[in-house]
Amino acid sequence: MPSEIFGAVLQYLISGLTNGAIYALIALGFGIIFNATHIINFAQGEFVMLGALCAISLYQVFPSLPAAFLGSTLLVTLLGLLFERLALRPVKDRSPLTLIIITVGGAVLLKGLAMLWWGKEAYNLPPFTGATPLHLGPATILPQNLWVLGVAALLVAGLEAFFRLTLTGKAMRACAYNPVAARLVGIPAMRMVQLSFGLSAALGAAGGILIAPLTLGVYDMGTMLGLKGFSAAILGGLGSSLGGVLGGLLLGVAESLASGLISSGYRDAVAFFILLVVLFVRPQGLLGGRT
Amino acid sequence: MLQIRNLTASYGPVTALAGVTLHVREGEIVALIGANGAGKTTLLNAIAGLVRREGEITFTGRSLMTVAPEELVSLGVALVPEGRQLFAPLSVADHLLLGAYCRHRRVPAREIAADRERIFQLFPRLQERLEQPAGTMSGGEQQMLAIARALMARPRLLLLDEPSLGLAPLVVEAIMTTLARLRKQGLTVLLVEQNARAALKIADRAYVLETGRIILSGAARDLLADRQVTRAYLGRDYKEFTDGR
Repeated sequence: MPSEIFGAVLQYLISGLTNGAIYALIALGFGIIFNATHIINFAQGEFVMLGALCAISLYQVFPSLPAAFLGSTLLVTLLGLLFERLALRPVKDRSPLTLIIITVGGAVLLKGLAMLWWGKEAYNLPPFTGATPLHLGPATILPQNLWVLGVAALLVAGLEAFFRLTLTGKAMRACAYNPVAARLVGIPAMRMVQLSFGLSAALGAAGGILIAPLTLGVYDMGTMLGLKGFSAAILGGLGSSLGGVLGGLLLGVAESLASGLISSGYRDAVAFFILLVVLFVRPQGLLGGRT
Repeated sequence: MLQIRNLTASYGPVTALAGVTLHVREGEIVALIGANGAGKTTLLNAIAGLVRREGEITFTGRSLMTVAPEELVSLGVALVPEGRQLFAPLSVADHLLLGAYCRHRRVPAREIAADRERIFQLFPRLQERLEQPAGTMSGGEQQMLAIARALMARPRLLLLDEPSLGLAPLVVEAIMTTLARLRKQGLTVLLVEQNARAALKIADRAYVLETGRIILSGAARDLLADRQVTRAYLGRDYKEFTDGR
C-alpha cells in the first residue's frame, strides 16, 4: 500500500513539474515585460495559444516537427513585436493602467481571431518523439514530459545567458533598472521594450508548442495558462527570473498533488488560492525584492 | 561649441527656465551655479531632450531641438545626471561596456578597450572594483563610475549635474581635479553645481542662474571675487565674522 501511494505521488510530481515548466516559461514572459515597462501583459496567454495552434497548422502543411516548432515560434515572436508597435507604442497616455487595459483588449482580440481562424475544436500535435511511456520506478513518464522539461530548462538557461552575457541583454537590464540613464548612454529604450515583447512572445509560443502534444491545442487554452503563469510569476516574485521558474514549478506540483490527492475539481482553484495567499501575505513574492 | 538661445521649459504652469541664453566654447570648463530650484537640472535635462523645451540649442552648428535623448551621445554630448543614476545591480565592467553602447557597432573592440584603460588611469579605484555591483559602492566611487560611464561614449562635451552632491570635501576635490585633467586632454565641460566654490575654482567662465534666468555671468575668477556672489552662493568667509566688524 505505501508503495502504491509513493508511485502515485511520483506520478503527480512528474505531471506537476511538466505543467510547472510551462507555467515557468509563461511567468518569465510576464517578468520580462514587467521589468521593461512595469505593466502586466495579459495577452501573454494568447501567445501560448497561438504558438500551439500555429505549430499545429504548420505541421499539417509541412509535417516536420522542428520546422513547425521554429516556424511557429518565429511567427508568434513577430506578432509580439507588432503588438507592441501597433497597440502600445502609439498610445499617448502611457500610464500603466491604460497599457494594461490595452493588453487585456489585445488578448480578447487575439482569442477572437483565433476562434474565427481555427474554430472551436481542439487539435492534436504529435509528440516530439513517440508516445511509448518510459518506466520510472512505479511511475511512468512520457517522452514528451522529458521534452517539456528539457527544452524549458534550455530556454531558461539561454535566457539567463542572454541577459547576463550579451550587450543587448545587459542593455535591456539597464533599461529596466534606470530607463533615463539607459537612454542617456544611447540605449534606445523603446526598442528594448519592443524586444521584451518579442522575447516574451517567443517564450510563450515555445511553451504552447511543448504542451500541445499533451493537452491538445484549442483557441481558448491561453486564458487559463496565462492566469496560471501570472500566478506563478506573482508567487515567485514578478520580474525575478529565478522566482518565475520556482513559482512555476511549485504551482505545477501543488496543483497536481491537490487534484490527485484531494479532487481533480480543485485543480484550478489551487493556483488562485496560492495567488490570493501570496498577495495577502507576501505581495513581493518568494524572491521578489521590489514591491 | 554649444549655443543656447532663449531656452524655455516649464512643468505644467510652473516656469522652470524663462529664456536662458548661454554658450560654451570648445575646450572650456563652464560652471552653472545657482541655488536649489533655480532651474539648473532642468537646463541640462532640456539640453538632453528629457524635458519639453522651446528655443534654440545648437551643438557644433547642429540643432539639438529634434534630437532624442538616446541619440545625443552619438553626436558627442554626454550627460552625467544628478544622483549618478547607475544601474545598481550591474557591475562596474558592465557600466563601462554600456557607456560605450553607441560605439560597439561602429568602432573596433580594441579601441573601446583602450578607452577603458584610459579610464582606469583616471580612476584606478574602478579597476579594483571591476566586478562589484555599482549599487554597493561608496558615493564617491559611484560618482566616478557615472563620469566614467559617460566618458566611455567618447563625448566632446560633458554635461555634469551636481557631481559633488553628498560627497566629502576631499572626494569633491578629487573629482574636480579629474575634470580639470580631462579638460587638458581636450574635453569641454559644462558643470552644474550648487557647490559654487568648488566649481568656480576649476571653471574658466560661469553663469549664475536664479529662478530660471541667468542673472550674472563672467570669468570664474571674477565671480569668485564678487561680493554679491560670495554672499548669495558661497556663504560668508569665517573672516567676515571675526575681522569684518
